[in-house]
Amino acid sequence: MYVITMNEVWKTYPNGVMAINGIDIHIDKGEFVYVVGPSGAGKSTFIKLMYREEKPTRGTITIDTEQLADLKERHIPRLRRKIGVVFQDFKLLPSLSVYENVAFALEVIEESSANIKRRVMQVLDIVRLKNKARFLPHELSGGEQQRVAIARAIVNNPSVLIADEPTGNLDPETSWEIMRILEEINDRGTTIVMATHNKEIVNTIRKRVIAIEGGRVARDEVKGDYGYER
Amino acid sequence: MKGRTFVRHLKEGAKNIGRNGWMTFASVSAVTIMLFVVGAFLLLIMNMNAFADSLEDDVELRVFIELTADEEQQDELETEIAGLSQVDTVEFVPREEGLENLIVSFGDQGQVLEALREENPLNDVFVVQAEDPQQTQVLADEIQTLENVDDVEYGADIVDQLFSVTNILRYAGIAVIAGLMFTAMFLIANTIKITIIARKREIQIMKLVGATNGFIRWPFFVEGLLLGLLGAVIPVSALSYGYVRLVDLVEGTPELGFLTMLPANPLTLQMAALLLGIGAFIGIWGSMMSVRKFLKV
Repeated sequence: MYVITMNEVWKTYPNGVMAINGIDIHIDKGEFVYVVGPSGAGKSTFIKLMYREEKPTRGTITIDTEQLADLKERHIPRLRRKIGVVFQDFKLLPSLSVYENVAFALEVIEESSANIKRRVMQVLDIVRLKNKARFLPHELSGGEQQRVAIARAIVNNPSVLIADEPTGNLDPETSWEIMRILEEINDRGTTIVMATHNKEIVNTIRKRVIAIEGGRVARDEVKGDYGYER
Repeated sequence: MKGRTFVRHLKEGAKNIGRNGWMTFASVSAVTIMLFVVGAFLLLIMNMNAFADSLEDDVELRVFIELTADEEQQDELETEIAGLSQVDTVEFVPREEGLENLIVSFGDQGQVLEALREENPLNDVFVVQAEDPQQTQVLADEIQTLENVDDVEYGADIVDQLFSVTNILRYAGIAVIAGLMFTAMFLIANTIKITIIARKREIQIMKLVGATNGFIRWPFFVEGLLLGLLGAVIPVSALSYGYVRLVDLVEGTPELGFLTMLPANPLTLQMAALLLGIGAFIGIWGSMMSVRKFLKV
C-alpha cells in the first residue's frame, strides 16, 4: 500500500521554468526517504508538490487518499492535516509560546482542550522540550526551535512527515539530534520524506535515496548514498 | 464551528490587540482622530440644521382680508384656507389686535398711532403657517386666488434668501460628513492593512498547518471590530462631555439667547451610536480586506 504516489508528474512554472519533467515515484507506508540533488534541480518543487504549495502541470499525485492534482482550493486544509511539514527556517509563530505553537495545529481541527493538552505534552516529550513549553521561539536555540516545529508537524498523527532541509540551518551536533528524533518518529510508523544537502547524514544513516537532477529521477536506491561532492 | 472554537476566536482576536501593541496603537489612533473630526462635524451640522429649521418655522403668511368682507365670508375664507393641503395652522388676528401689536412694537413713538384707534385702517388678518416652510411661496400664490383676499404677504425676498442659505448649509453639511467618512475609511483601512501585512508570514504558517480560511479570518474579524470600537471610545466620550458643557454654557449666557442648541440627551446618544457603528464597520472592513490578500497560499 503506497502512501505517496506520483505518476508522470510535470511542473512548468508560469515564467517558463521547467522544474519537474516526468517523475514516477512510489513510497511505501513507513519508509524513510532522502531526496537529494544539486540546487536548482527541482528538489524544492518536488517537495512543494507534496504539500500542495504547488500544483502539477500534468500527472497525478496521491498522498494518503487525497488526489492532489484536482484537489479544490478549499480542501487543501484537509490535506495539510494529514501530513506534517518541517522547514529549514522552522516557520514558528513568533508571538506564541512553544506550547501554543504546537497546540495550534490541533486547535485548527477543533480538538477538545483536554485532548490538546494531552497530545501537546506527549509530542513535547518526544522532542524532549517538555520543560520549555512556556518559552517563546526567540528564547530557544535553532535546534530547539526545529524540535518545536517537528512536534507541531507530528501532533495530529500524520501518516506522512515532509521535511525540507530540516538541518540546513543547524550545526552538525544539533543536526544529529534532529535526525535521532526523526528516526524515532519513523520507527513509530510515520513515513518521512526529507530533502537534504547533508552528505554525512545521508551516508551515515542509510535510507532510500532519491536523487533529482534536471527535474527527473536520476537515481533511486534502497540504502543509497549521497553521491555528490557536497 | 464548535462553540469552543468561537470562544477561541474571540480570545485570539482580543489577545492580538495586546500582542501587536504598536500596530494596535497606530490603528486605534487613526480611528480616534478621524472619528473625532467626523463626530465634531456631525454635532455642528446637526445644530446648524436645527437652527435653520427653527428659522424656517418662523416664516408665516399674513393674509389680509378684504375690508368689505362680513363675518360669514371671513368664516368661509378661514375654512377654505384651512382646507388647503399645505396649511398647518390658521390664526385669526382681528384688526384691533393688529393695531395694538403695532403700537406696542413702536414703543415710545407708538403714541402717534393712538389716534388711529378711532378709525382703524388695518385689515383683519389670518396668520397662516405652511406645513413645509419651503412651500410658503406656493401656498401664498394659492391663497391669493381665493375670494375676499385683499393681499398675501410673507416677506418674499428675505424668506427666499433664507431658504437658499439654509439649503446650502444642509447640503454642504452632508457633503462634508460624507467626504470625511470616505477619507477616514481609507486612512484607517490602510493603517490596519499595514498591521496585517506585518503578519503575512503568520497567516502563511497557519495555512501550512491546515487552518481553513474561515479559521484564520475570524480572529482578524474580532480584532478589527475591537480596534474600531476602541478607536470610538475617546471621541464619543470627549465629544459627549464637551457638548453637554457647551449646551450648559450657551444656556447660561443671556447674550447667546438667540442660539438654540439641540438637547444633549438624544443627540449625543445618536452620535455615540453612529461613531461606534462607523468605527466597528471600518475596523472590520479594513481587516477583512487586508487579510483576504494573504489567504491564497
